[in-house]
Amino acid sequence: MRPTGVLLVGVVKLLVGAYGRWIGSAPGPAQRIYFANHTSHIDTLAIWSALPRSLRRSTHPVAALDYWGKGLKRYIATQALGAVLIDRSRQDPNADPLDPLRIALRAGDSLIIFPEGTRGASAVPAPFRQGLFKLAAEFPAAELIPVYLDNLHRSLPKGAHLPVPMVCTVRFGAPLARIEAEGRDAFLVRARDAVIGLSSQAA
Amino acid sequence: MNTWLASIPREFFWLFGSLVALLAIASGAAAWLRSRPAGEKKAASRANLVARINAWWVMVAILAVAFLAGSTVTLILFGLASFFALREFVTLTPSNPGDRLPLSLSFFVVLPLQFVLIGLHRYGLFAIFIPVWAFLLLPSIAAMRSDVDDFLSRSAKQQWGLMVTVYSLSHAPALLMLDIPGAAGRDALLLFYLLLVVQMSDVMQYVFGKLFGRTKIAPVVSPSKTVEGFVGGGIAATLIGAAMWWITPFTPLVSGVISGVIVVMGFLGGLTLSAVKRSLGAKDWGVMIEGHGGMLDRTDSICFAAPVFFHIVRFFYT
Repeated sequence: MRPTGVLLVGVVKLLVGAYGRWIGSAPGPAQRIYFANHTSHIDTLAIWSALPRSLRRSTHPVAALDYWGKGLKRYIATQALGAVLIDRSRQDPNADPLDPLRIALRAGDSLIIFPEGTRGASAVPAPFRQGLFKLAAEFPAAELIPVYLDNLHRSLPKGAHLPVPMVCTVRFGAPLARIEAEGRDAFLVRARDAVIGLSSQAA
Repeated sequence: MNTWLASIPREFFWLFGSLVALLAIASGAAAWLRSRPAGEKKAASRANLVARINAWWVMVAILAVAFLAGSTVTLILFGLASFFALREFVTLTPSNPGDRLPLSLSFFVVLPLQFVLIGLHRYGLFAIFIPVWAFLLLPSIAAMRSDVDDFLSRSAKQQWGLMVTVYSLSHAPALLMLDIPGAAGRDALLLFYLLLVVQMSDVMQYVFGKLFGRTKIAPVVSPSKTVEGFVGGGIAATLIGAAMWWITPFTPLVSGVISGVIVVMGFLGGLTLSAVKRSLGAKDWGVMIEGHGGMLDRTDSICFAAPVFFHIVRFFYT
């Protein structure tokens, strides 16, 4: 891991703990798509810090190009975290924003995505967008791991600039089962329920 | 190098050596215990024992580094302990958006300053900084947000957190700024003495409680605390403290009395913070130290014992 990455993980652990809890799955080298609720700017870093060091190199957070695409933030995202940038605002109408994600998945790497598409203010995630469904259909071998981030919406809510240090946990759940011929909406509801289901688990 | 080594009191090496020897024996015994067949419950309590011993190793290692590396490192370590303890407290305390700024200031301004003041040997400001300045200004900042829901309850909880985890805890390393006539360079041993008596008291109460514990002192607040555990463990720790008089400016008798006070305050700290914890709806404060629940679970007794010990020494010996 690069020195910047080590430093970042240290700062994140100091501020918010980011303790990983594996409930129903174990850390392993299998290809995975981690999907999580999104409430703060530290979310990406928190999940990444909670993963064992050996998995960080092959696990890419997916970050919004409009926020992480410039200056120091771009350096942190791409150089330290190996993030894949996604163009949510579709600057090029002909390009599929999911293409950079497909490249990473085709290479056998894992992804961390936030299917709500943007940060929410509450402990319960907003409805999921369809990207997760598409990727799940195109890459049937990748395990779909629901992740619930606890307390981060209190530590660094939308609009705040300085985190209040708090003990936050990152709960990794059991892989989401794939159901033959399941429709998009049913799948997305089930995926979201899997994330919410982790929120009530005892820490 | 030689003058540096010579500046460390000989007693430190004796203490450190005996602690390492004791822990080695404890680890050996625990390994032997674990190798024997046992039921599920016994195996769990043995695993708990091993985790406790391992955490002790970590504490002794940190202490050794702190003492050999000097007061700045000691202050940084206690500052970090304070930070983690406050972090646990704040996590369990409900807060509103209006509390964000005072809370951030507590972590990033008040806490570091409190420890810097010790480093600068500014006793006067150290003693009043949190009770006067932080106590008055932080709620004022929250009040400016005109969010009155549960205002008193929220600020009271945050003040309590700051008082216990930062102000009280900082009195342990504050021992380093005492100038005791005839004992120059030996302040670190006083800190060692405090921590040793507090930790011994915890361990002895646990052991006596497991062996003879019957009558619960406060079943609702802390089911594991028993009269037998407290009396037996307290007397044992007081005797150990009395026997450690040679590293302090105290006579053996006075050392026993002061150890007794440390034991009682440590006990009250554990009990009171347990009540706070339960009123906030949690069993353990966090997941900081393996087998020890959290930073506050480990430091609750020190938080109550340190200020009292500090002021006794300051009043009678400086």
